[in-house]
Amino acid sequence: METGSPHDTGTTGTPAGGAEPVWTGLPRGLLRMRRMLLVVWTGLATVAAGVLPGLFAGPAWAAFALLPPAGLAWGWVMLERNWRSWRYAERADDLLLTRGVLWREETVVPYGRMQLVEVTSGPVERYFGLAGVQLHTAAAATDATIPGLDPAEAERLRDRLTELGEARSAGL
Amino acid sequence: MTAPPEAPEAVTERRLHPVTPFRRAWAPVAVLAGWAVHDLDQAQRQLARLTTTTLLLGLAVLIPAAALYGFLTWWFTHYSVTDTELRIRTGLFFRRTAHLRLERIQAVDVTQPLLARVAGVAKLRLDVVGTDKKDELAFLGAGEARSLRAELLARAAGIAPEAAAGVGEAPARHLLRVPPGVLAVSLLLTGATWGTLLAAVAVPALLWPATHSLWTVLATAVPVAGAAGARSVGRFVGEYDWTLAESPDGLRIDRGLLDRTHETVPPGRVQTVRIVEPLLWRRRGWVRVELDVAGSANSVLLPVAPRAIAESVVARVLPGAAVPPHAALSRPPRRAGRRVPLWWRGYGLAVTPEVFAARHGLLRRSLTLVPHAKVQSVRLTRGPWQRALGLADVRVDTGANRTVTARQRDAGEAARLLRDQAERSRTGRRDAGPDRWLAGG
Repeated sequence: METGSPHDTGTTGTPAGGAEPVWTGLPRGLLRMRRMLLVVWTGLATVAAGVLPGLFAGPAWAAFALLPPAGLAWGWVMLERNWRSWRYAERADDLLLTRGVLWREETVVPYGRMQLVEVTSGPVERYFGLAGVQLHTAAAATDATIPGLDPAEAERLRDRLTELGEARSAGL
Repeated sequence: MTAPPEAPEAVTERRLHPVTPFRRAWAPVAVLAGWAVHDLDQAQRQLARLTTTTLLLGLAVLIPAAALYGFLTWWFTHYSVTDTELRIRTGLFFRRTAHLRLERIQAVDVTQPLLARVAGVAKLRLDVVGTDKKDELAFLGAGEARSLRAELLARAAGIAPEAAAGVGEAPARHLLRVPPGVLAVSLLLTGATWGTLLAAVAVPALLWPATHSLWTVLATAVPVAGAAGARSVGRFVGEYDWTLAESPDGLRIDRGLLDRTHETVPPGRVQTVRIVEPLLWRRRGWVRVELDVAGSANSVLLPVAPRAIAESVVARVLPGAAVPPHAALSRPPRRAGRRVPLWWRGYGLAVTPEVFAARHGLLRRSLTLVPHAKVQSVRLTRGPWQRALGLADVRVDTGANRTVTARQRDAGEAARLLRDQAERSRTGRRDAGPDRWLAGG
């Protein structure tokens, strides 16, 4: 079971900063997909916010239609920041995952603890050529999800995680 | 009472105790009796209207039907123990077959409600990982339940199947018994009891000047006081004569004044242990010990005990682990007071070679221990305000769906803790005992 190279894990005592693991970001397609969804929904909201008050309360109230585009501009920037914050790294014995801009979260899941690895892909995700990977451990609080990956990468990750999980598996 | 020794291939199926069909027989009787007592006049009028013939006819139909249904359910319920599984077959119209894997059994409890004690029967409840509700075998003869529990635990522990059937109850060594006096005093000293009692006094005192109506005041005071009393009395009755014993099967807990419960916590299945110290117990040095086992959260190991004894019991539940004393817990940095005023003083953290221990609570201190081998994942979270102060939380997730948090640590320390904890839980797991704890040697 001593497959984990001691050099990789021996460096864990050094002050963090994420220098030693090799971090991988998410593909740009995920950002494109989220921005498109944002445009679609704010577009619908703009029409609704402009037409409904305009019809029922007077033309001046149609100025409400300016609110959703403002939200769009803000969300456009926020989505990029959030997308940049998602990174993962495969180490010899565990998977690291960081996310969040204001509320930052960093998760470590040892491979031996994985009960189940899921690859999911909805219709919109498939259109953009994306697939999500979700890891489950015996603890429901472990929320280790990588939302959008290249399908080939997602499958590689799933196979690698399953294989490593079997090699290092332990009971509850 | 015990089953005949099994042939290697054929599995002997056993039935429940013949008293089982009567387990729900009291329900309609109780409903009728309750209605009759509740409304005496009405009941008498209804009875007078009934002629003897209708009464007899009704009884002639109802009783055999109920008896037949009870008998058939009993007749069609079987259970059997194989090398790897406990199988339960049940159901008259809708068949249900449950196969419980023995190595996944977390705990086996024998409970005896009051009436069952009179009849000399007992209920066997099984905790299996991944099932929400407990599977139960009700009812078995009291002796049979005990021997079945011993057999299940012996097989789950990995004793050879031929030997397991006749192994009998593993010898238990008495550890401690909570005296009723101490239990009563400890319940009187809990904040919740005093809080409700205070409310029961304060609310009428405020209501009286406002309404001057004795009935309003009584109508509010009595339920509140009743709730306080019922809660304390309920806990007293449930935790009366709490006896802890040690056996190769694990720790045995026997408890209860009216309903007797015999629980077993197998070794190595405990995910977290919590040592709770309410404010009013501190002068006496008493603590309460609770534990989480995968499958059933929040069970009590010790309702009240002196700290030293509690620590020695915890050392048996988590082999090799010592409870870090309060002095050994490191507090968050002083600037955490700007994030969580006052209460930050209650936070503490200690990491020993065996456990990750985090404390929280200022008045009611609660120290949670997680063995490194039970850690499922580690998380570090920081909000914007925490980042401005250079603080972070470290969360450790366990299999009992409980997350233990080391709150408001220094950011650099937290990052180191995150890396080291992942490493520790990985190596800790390798050294942890096998699922079948006796077979592993």
